Amino acid sequence: MTSPLQQKIKITGPSIVTANRTGDGAVIYRTPSHGWSVKLSDAAIVRTADDARALLAESVADDVGAVGAYIAPVEIGEDGIQPGNLREKIRQQGVTIDLLVSA
Amino acid sequence: MYAYDELDRTIVNERVLEFRDQVARRLSGELTEDEFKSLRLMNGVYLQLHAYMLRIAIPYGTLSSKQMRALAHVARKYDRGYGHFTTRQNIQYNWIKLAELPDALADLAEVGIHGMQTSGNCIRNVTSDQWAGVAPGEVEDPRIWAEILRQYSTLHPEFSFLPRKFKFAITASEHDRAAIKVHDIGLRIHRNAAGETGFEVLVGGGLGRTPFIGKTINEFVGHRDILSYVEAILRVYNQYGRRDNIYKARIKILVHELGIEKFKQEVEEEWVQMRDGALALDNAEIEDIRSRFFYPKYDKLSDTPDELKKALQNPNFEAWYKNSVAEHKQPGYGIVTLSLKPVGGPPGDATAEQMDEIADLADKYSFGEIRVGHEQNLALPHVARCDLPALWRALDRIGVATPNVNLVTDIIACPGLDYCSLANARSIPIAQEITRRFANHDTANLIGRLHINISGCINACGHHHVGHIGILGVEKNGEEFYQITIGGRADENAVLGNLVGPAVPFDQVADVIEDIVEAYLALRQRPQELFVDAVKRLGVEPFKERVYATR
Amino acid sequence: MPLVKGNAIVVDEFVHLADDAELPADGAVLVSAERFLADPEKALSRKDKLGVIWPNNRDVDDLLPYLARLTAVALVFPVFRDGRAYTQARLLRERYKFRGELRATGQVLRDQFVFMLRAGFDAFEVKKQSDAEAFAVVAKRYSVFYQPTGDGRVTAFHRRLMHLPEGVRS
Repeated sequence: MTSPLQQKIKITGPSIVTANRTGDGAVIYRTPSHGWSVKLSDAAIVRTADDARALLAESVADDVGAVGAYIAPVEIGEDGIQPGNLREKIRQQGVTIDLLVSA
Repeated sequence: MYAYDELDRTIVNERVLEFRDQVARRLSGELTEDEFKSLRLMNGVYLQLHAYMLRIAIPYGTLSSKQMRALAHVARKYDRGYGHFTTRQNIQYNWIKLAELPDALADLAEVGIHGMQTSGNCIRNVTSDQWAGVAPGEVEDPRIWAEILRQYSTLHPEFSFLPRKFKFAITASEHDRAAIKVHDIGLRIHRNAAGETGFEVLVGGGLGRTPFIGKTINEFVGHRDILSYVEAILRVYNQYGRRDNIYKARIKILVHELGIEKFKQEVEEEWVQMRDGALALDNAEIEDIRSRFFYPKYDKLSDTPDELKKALQNPNFEAWYKNSVAEHKQPGYGIVTLSLKPVGGPPGDATAEQMDEIADLADKYSFGEIRVGHEQNLALPHVARCDLPALWRALDRIGVATPNVNLVTDIIACPGLDYCSLANARSIPIAQEITRRFANHDTANLIGRLHINISGCINACGHHHVGHIGILGVEKNGEEFYQITIGGRADENAVLGNLVGPAVPFDQVADVIEDIVEAYLALRQRPQELFVDAVKRLGVEPFKERVYATR
Repeated sequence: MPLVKGNAIVVDEFVHLADDAELPADGAVLVSAERFLADPEKALSRKDKLGVIWPNNRDVDDLLPYLARLTAVALVFPVFRDGRAYTQARLLRERYKFRGELRATGQVLRDQFVFMLRAGFDAFEVKKQSDAEAFAVVAKRYSVFYQPTGDGRVTAFHRRLMHLPEGVRS
């Protein structure tokens, strides 16, 4: 499996780094202050491949706090930072189905 | 079912302690994720989109009521109140916290339940026929052998770091309900010409990116030799399976690249050197395992008790009875399937409350035993026919009596993009919409047996390749699209389905399924001609025409 | 990298000899398979201990003619996930009755110690100091074993049967 740091990084627009919190698996976003937040609105935005690679590298280095960091697209609009694809929307907002019990 | 003894429990407890230590070392940073990942996978811990997922093994699909209550307890205490039963007779919890996992596993260990080897490049849960031990005409109970294989494969020092995952399935019936032909090793218990019982051994079956139907490597391996034979296969695979490319690492690729004859040669060269060694099974060992399986003391009962005859006047009960109750080898009893496919619901899920209720009903009506099938339904395997009306009322009350078993709304679906980080597209909403379109039971009965399988990605956890109708989620330009195949089968006549045409977008899938079903109804020779047989007779073209005429 | 033998960290008497280094007249050396097979008699003619480092993608059969004269065989785990050396170890111990030192090298981590011991390894070039120090404790993690290997432990199958009086089971 290629390390995310060696993979070719292509940015097609504003992007963030996201991962899961080690202890409980919660969805987290890399912040500009070298930490993690559960809120997408706190995420650091990168717009070039170099910046993305750097942000990813520092995120991956935090092996204790976060698992599986990768670069994800976002959209920036009137409502602020929004998920840039369905997968990130699901990660941010939860499953799209009605569960048998309330989540 | 098998009664764990002190030795079995010790292994599970020692495993829990080991994992507790591993989790602590991970959280403290002493273990990197790279070092930890394989270890957590070997305890069934995945990272999914939102959270960790815990996959718990239900060996050969057999559960006691006590164990079911423990599953409910974990759902309630450590998760969000429900669990998902999978196509490999396991249960999955979707919201587990890593830090709490050791406690959850300790709670399960108390009833002999664990997550050992439900993931990772090792030997996985050995699955079997959910009607094992109670189906009429079975050669012998395949679960005895599933248990022998489970013990053989648990913490096997040589085969815990295989090139890739390894899955066994075993059946002892003519009609294969365990899909053995799409497993890495499939075992079919049968009698040879001399009347001896033994195993037909198949290798190299599997779905995913490169689906294959398993090939017979040996028509008949006797009881004595089965473990050494299996070890020879695994040893050849461990040494020569590809490790350079995870998409070519399964044994099916090795078998395909060598050819079955050369592969058999390699295996039997190895086997001949070990068949008289420590793995040769003698009768005492086999009978010891067999003696630990509990079988109910059946009463002598009538097949047509008055309670049943009376209740059959209720059309709802009758519909359920005809659909969900199967013949039992013991007169006066029936095998009851509990549908976990309510209309509009996520297929294969059960709430903690449902699990507790089912455990109580198992105690009352099924000698405390429950089964999990790979079609993601449950079963109560030993129900007296006179109890069926009372049982039905109870099942109906908790929502597991939808009379749709094996029908169009009895859909097998993987969790898909709602949960799984491997997925390209969602599968559950597709299933839900299809069940809404075919909600009418009369329509569903008119259509007859029809297995729809949905996978959210090419890894095929929904077994779409072998669905009568198979639906595969793909991604095109950021949108969810679905490829549809027809004519697949998972049973003793296993075959892969064929593509109907180009992929269709998310909101058209249910329409397409309706069109396919309409085409079948129009084209079938008679009502008894099953969908899958009509497809075999007609080929894909007539269906393709109907579906793509206006698209 | 600490060497563990007999459940404790020990001084390694063997030196890993580079392929282009001269074969010393004495001292215990581990040589690569390639170098060894190029001239096995030369290496074996020394009066001192010799071990061969065998790659995990090569059948151990080729080493058979020399096994009786080797003090040690070192097998390789290039990454801990690559489990081919477990098969090699079992073949060497159980089929070919190798009695010398069987050494695990490569990415040798704590959580594989028990598997390695069961497969027949008795020496470990352990990657992490803390893992080496924990070896004795980790080796006792499991007390019940299902499968027979060459390690002589009684399997669960047989432990159960041993509790049976003769001929009781019907």
